Amino acid sequence: MDFPRILSGNWETPDSHRLTVARSRGVYSRLPKALGMAPADITAVVKDSGLRGRGGAGFPTGMKWTFVPALEKRKGKPVYLLCNADESEPGTFKDRYCLWLDPHLLIEGMIIAARALDVRVGYIYIRGEFRYIARRLDEALAEAYTAGLLGKNILGSGTDFDLYVHVGAGAYICGEETALISSLEGEKGQPKLKPPFPAVEGAWRAPTIVNNVETLAVVPWIIENGAAAYKAIGTEKSPGTKLFSVSGHVRKPGVYEIPLGLPMTTLINEYAGGLLPGRKLKAVIPGGSSVPVMTPAEVELCSMDYESIQTNAGSYLGSGGMIVMDDTTDLVAALTNLLRFYAHESCGQCTPCREGCGWMYQILCRVRDGDATAADLVTLRDLADNIHSKTICFFGASAAMPVQSFLTKFRSEFLDRVQGRGAGAA
Amino acid sequence: MSHGAPTAASRGPREWSPEQAAEIQTILTRYPTKQSAVMPLLWMAQDAWEWIDLDVMRLIARTLELSPSHVHSVASFYTMFKKGPTNRYFIQVCHTLSCALVGAEGLIAHIEKRLDIDAHGNSKDGLFTLLRVECLASCGSAPMAQINEHFYERLTPEIIDQVIDGLRAGKNLPEPRPEADQWTFPVS
Ligand SMILES: Cc1cc2nc3c(=O)[nH]c(=O)nc-3n(C[C@H](O)[C@H](O)[C@H](O)COP(=O)(O)O)c2cc1C
Ligand code: SF4
Ligand code: FES
Repeated sequence: MDFPRILSGNWETPDSHRLTVARSRGVYSRLPKALGMAPADITAVVKDSGLRGRGGAGFPTGMKWTFVPALEKRKGKPVYLLCNADESEPGTFKDRYCLWLDPHLLIEGMIIAARALDVRVGYIYIRGEFRYIARRLDEALAEAYTAGLLGKNILGSGTDFDLYVHVGAGAYICGEETALISSLEGEKGQPKLKPPFPAVEGAWRAPTIVNNVETLAVVPWIIENGAAAYKAIGTEKSPGTKLFSVSGHVRKPGVYEIPLGLPMTTLINEYAGGLLPGRKLKAVIPGGSSVPVMTPAEVELCSMDYESIQTNAGSYLGSGGMIVMDDTTDLVAALTNLLRFYAHESCGQCTPCREGCGWMYQILCRVRDGDATAADLVTLRDLADNIHSKTICFFGASAAMPVQSFLTKFRSEFLDRVQGRGAGAA
Repeated sequence: MSHGAPTAASRGPREWSPEQAAEIQTILTRYPTKQSAVMPLLWMAQDAWEWIDLDVMRLIARTLELSPSHVHSVASFYTMFKKGPTNRYFIQVCHTLSCALVGAEGLIAHIEKRLDIDAHGNSKDGLFTLLRVECLASCGSAPMAQINEHFYERLTPEIIDQVIDGLRAGKNLPEPRPEADQWTFPVS
């Protein structure tokens, strides 16, 4: 299939993270054009391209950018641009490749976004475990400053933009945008109620755009080639290419850039090399650990775009972090593993989330160990239903959806494990 | 608790060196408020003094004109700010789903046995500390561990044994070869 590798095109080039190499590959070549455009025109092109946020929610990027209040309504407040490089959703590892192998592409995208949004200061919020990558980012930023690509009057255009790296310190919840902002402000990384949305009132109470690494890294290509060219890739409602992280029981786990809309079976069987010999597919989590699990029958029906996965499987494309499980997998143990994660990472502000995640994890441990009853499964379901949508941030739902979907779609696996039922009795 | 780690007294006075003070001035120019520098300063302090104790928190509070309790609340929220010493080689093995699917538990059990890990996660020889951690965004090259700062991927008991043997023999940590560096686009 013929499609441009918008995000991963430079990854095989040796030293692709160095400025000279990046430039020889066309990085920063879109800047003169972008810096000559009216800010509103940049936003219009991004909006027309149909680009959707790659951090998980799939929100249209151009539309988000239009939420920033106009200068006269901002009461003199600046606008901030934050790149979300927290990448902590289990199963997701694509941003790490972008940051490590093509940091200058991200910087170029952020300069263009800054121009569009009248931003003078931006930050890349990177998870603490990526400190070795943060050092590489710092080097890339230093190279860009020396070359006049950052700082005052970029390439003589009159645009000023300063960009810094801010390193987190181990908290999954800091990937949630309001928690990320709290963390940047030097607080505990706890989410805040929305509204106000960050685009209106974010970091230091000023309008703030938070975008994922991958989202920002696509922007230069869209500026260079235009909205129509981007829309020509992928599907009508899910245009463009996307990076998918495939892990678990496949022969070639890794990051794959594909046009949206490719059959899910193509991604699993061709790109990721298919299952190990003699194994059968049992379950797939398509978009990071928080999204509902899928059955093999659903996998057959779905293509890798936002609409297809939602319509055909009641799940989400999410961050594109696909976890493949074959028939050797104990799904009760798999769900228990995930709930340990959520119980560990809840920030603790909301009672349903704080108490519920721990409780669900404990019940699941008992189900896994054969110490639970059928009534426990009812409680488990009830807990999940009562966390979803009843918390400050979407983390609650993220913990509930795996439980709800595993219990619904793989019910017999759970029934088989509770007391009074031998294997196969369900 | 652990062997070979510096005691509080041997850590020296909790004051910034001139180099650190200069670095702090640079950090402060990046943010509109002093409070935003709290995480960068916690990192700086941890690099210098290995873990964050009350004296360090007071120093940071003084520097940034914050209450010590605020610095404490931030330091305790984030798991990577250490509250006590760890041994020289800090092995953090991911045990989240993608890693668990391809053998993380077996790897952890192997390391625990090999290093004679106690209830605090420390090895009998005082050289290693082992910790289970959640997803490190390296799920495609599982199982994996972060040893000190770097990621070591596609681990097997044999590979980790080589690393352990090397470190015990006084060698440095092997150069990490990030999976990403070995990446080639597998066109189908
Ligand atoms: C619990 C939770 C964790 C999240 N973690 C991340 C993350 O690690 N990286 C990310 O880009 N977005 C993450 N998000 C989504 C962000 O809140 C936000 O929607 C995103 O960064 C916006 O960027 P985009 O529009 O470019 O997708 C998370 C959301 C939630 C609720
Ligand atoms: S839902 Fe959970 S993670 Fe989100 S704010 Fe509430 S307690 Fe914190
Ligand atoms: S699950 Fe282990 S690195 Fe993601």
